Amino acid sequence: MDLNYTAEEQSFQQDVRRFFAEKLPPEISGKVKSKKRLTKQDSETWHAILNQAGYLNAHWPVEFGGRGWNAIQRDIFDVEANAAGAPRVVPFGVNMLAPVLMAFGSTEQQSYHLPRILDGTNWWCQGYSEPGSGSDLASLKMSAVRDGDEYVLNGQKTWTTLGQYANWIFCLVRTSKEGKRQEGISFILVDMDTPGVEVRPIILLEGTHEVNEVWFTDVRVPAENLVGEENKGWTYAKYLLVHERSGIAGVGDALASIEHLKQIAREQKKDGKPLAEDALFAARLAEIEIDLAAMRTTNMRIMQAASDGAPAGPEVSMLKIKGTVLRQSINDLTRRALGPYAMPFVSEALDVGYNDAPIGPDYANPVAADYFNHRKTSIYGGSNEIQRNIISKMMMGL
Amino acid sequence: MDFSHTEERQMLADMVGRFVRDEYDIETRHANAQSEDGFSRHHWGQFAELGLIGALFSESSGGFGGAGFDIAVVFEQLGGGLVVEPFLANLLAGTALAASGGHGDALDAVMAGSCLLAYAHGEPASRYSLSHVETVARSSASGYRLNGNKAVVLSGDTANKLVVSARTAGETVDADGISLFLIPADADGVHIRSYPTIDGYRAAEIALKDVELPADSLIGGEGQAMALIEQVNAVGTLAVSAEALGAINVGIDMTLEYLKTRKQFGVPIGKFQALQHRMADMMTEREQIRSALINAAGNLQSEQRDWQISALKNLVGRAGRNIAEECIQMHGGIAMTWEYAVGHYAKRIVMIDHMFGDQDYHLQRIIKLGAAA
Repeated sequence: MDLNYTAEEQSFQQDVRRFFAEKLPPEISGKVKSKKRLTKQDSETWHAILNQAGYLNAHWPVEFGGRGWNAIQRDIFDVEANAAGAPRVVPFGVNMLAPVLMAFGSTEQQSYHLPRILDGTNWWCQGYSEPGSGSDLASLKMSAVRDGDEYVLNGQKTWTTLGQYANWIFCLVRTSKEGKRQEGISFILVDMDTPGVEVRPIILLEGTHEVNEVWFTDVRVPAENLVGEENKGWTYAKYLLVHERSGIAGVGDALASIEHLKQIAREQKKDGKPLAEDALFAARLAEIEIDLAAMRTTNMRIMQAASDGAPAGPEVSMLKIKGTVLRQSINDLTRRALGPYAMPFVSEALDVGYNDAPIGPDYANPVAADYFNHRKTSIYGGSNEIQRNIISKMMMGL
Repeated sequence: MDFSHTEERQMLADMVGRFVRDEYDIETRHANAQSEDGFSRHHWGQFAELGLIGALFSESSGGFGGAGFDIAVVFEQLGGGLVVEPFLANLLAGTALAASGGHGDALDAVMAGSCLLAYAHGEPASRYSLSHVETVARSSASGYRLNGNKAVVLSGDTANKLVVSARTAGETVDADGISLFLIPADADGVHIRSYPTIDGYRAAEIALKDVELPADSLIGGEGQAMALIEQVNAVGTLAVSAEALGAINVGIDMTLEYLKTRKQFGVPIGKFQALQHRMADMMTEREQIRSALINAAGNLQSEQRDWQISALKNLVGRAGRNIAEECIQMHGGIAMTWEYAVGHYAKRIVMIDHMFGDQDYHLQRIIKLGAAA
């Protein structure tokens, strides 16, 4: 056991820190830190900077142009990125589709799509969930029917994150109704400019537009856009769930969020003293810090075991549950730290260009909206109930 | 013991419930919330005609209710419809007037629906403290001159008159030396900045700059307002707790319905025991909240008032948050959308934790009351 970074890891951390200090545009980190809305352009700018530096795909294997970063390097990068106020990388292309293409895509698909993921030509979104298929994803109905050299797609996807910015979508579609439900699903790539694709916004409970419905009406897709074999799509989707687990615990985000909360607790006054000195508040904060310190190590233990070749399984589900609940508890305590000023919400104030004075402290406006918005984290990506089912099924031997 | 309401009170509850069901669906509610005033004057007039404002005040104040249970039944039903009309603001300001025994004409106008009041007590630095009043009222040739800032004044942007607290003596946090004043919202020096709240209501920051008031603006005795403020706070806490219960009722009903109708893995998701047990806990917690509400409503005028009120609000903050979060979680993604109503109920339940003290404020108050006993 050695809980310290090696000299090499320390030097890596210094490099990464220097990169953020030098290359992260202050107007972008300023938005992230003050929780203002990022534009599509902001995400593209940061994507390009990361790509330029070779950090965008540093976790890719060397043979695909990556640096083959290990779990510790990825963790260091995640923590430093969050501390610096870097935007979250939109994961659908570089972290989700790319590993599937590397493992199961054709050489043509790899050489066409991977460079376009990196250079930002294609903004990918994910077409998995359907209105009737949430937790029970294998019940999905959107159909793809082979017609000559094409598939004809009909159906509806939902909860498509940032679909309004995307020009490509990877979909799970039904190509067979025979046999087990999982065995009739295929994985297909769709250019969203194809006639018959329609994106409709879903507005979330706090008023933001980040997810969408995507409708497909007789959408004709070239057969070569099928990834791997027909009816094997479920295997590829599962591969992705198991192999793309780095970051699922959200350690970097949790660390940055708790720093933000501590700052607020120092500035908020209760009976003339900083809220941070209130015994009850301090106890609630301390409990979160205890959980977070343990989760950091749980996360590293699981990630490292996986990179050493041990099969990753239900431990990933533990990270998903613990990570989301812990970050939600930080959001909850942050809202409570504000007192009555958690209530005002001026949505326009989240956009750059709003110049009126804030209502109450300048950090207050986004806090309650964040609290409500982040309720999604225990629902998406396999709800925490589904994660518990996985743990029960795989670890209990019942 | 008898836990049934009087016939009149039950009729009152039924009447409000029916109105909300028949005339105030969620689309109407959103339309009212997003209108220029942030509520509907048409609906407010109807509520006044139905006697719902009068039900909040006692006969001696010109109303026909005013007991804890009257306030509780009305607000529980209002919570079921997420009603945005300014009941709470008028209850708070009206309670101050009623308890002081003065300004009866203003209170009559409120009950008739022709005058809107708001209660401007909290300040930017006061958090939930009742005695933290930096706003000052100094004697002037006309009577008083007020200077200071009031924070998160509920419905403060549309009120005709404001009940404002200001210090006529003492230091910032002294309980003594605070006075209440009734001032026209359009008086010179009153600057009102309106904004929406996250749960769809309106509030305002109010700056008072050399506001000149006649001597008869005073509500109650000079420097003696703390007892009034505590009464207003108790009544307000009771009201929003009842409102939370009304919202919880709808949240639980909607979630239960969803458990029965949403199918995944070939069965209604309510067949899964993991969800059944959580719903069972939510329903149990709701009964606990109802009991605490009964305890507080029944003790609104007793020496147990503060303990019971704080117990209620702690429970509403604690259990209410859990129920609100579970309503969303057990629905899944659909509850995260603006279009589906349950998220709006969840927002209201959670935001009520930020009014009149959150769960921790009331937990600490209970501890203090215990130590003093």
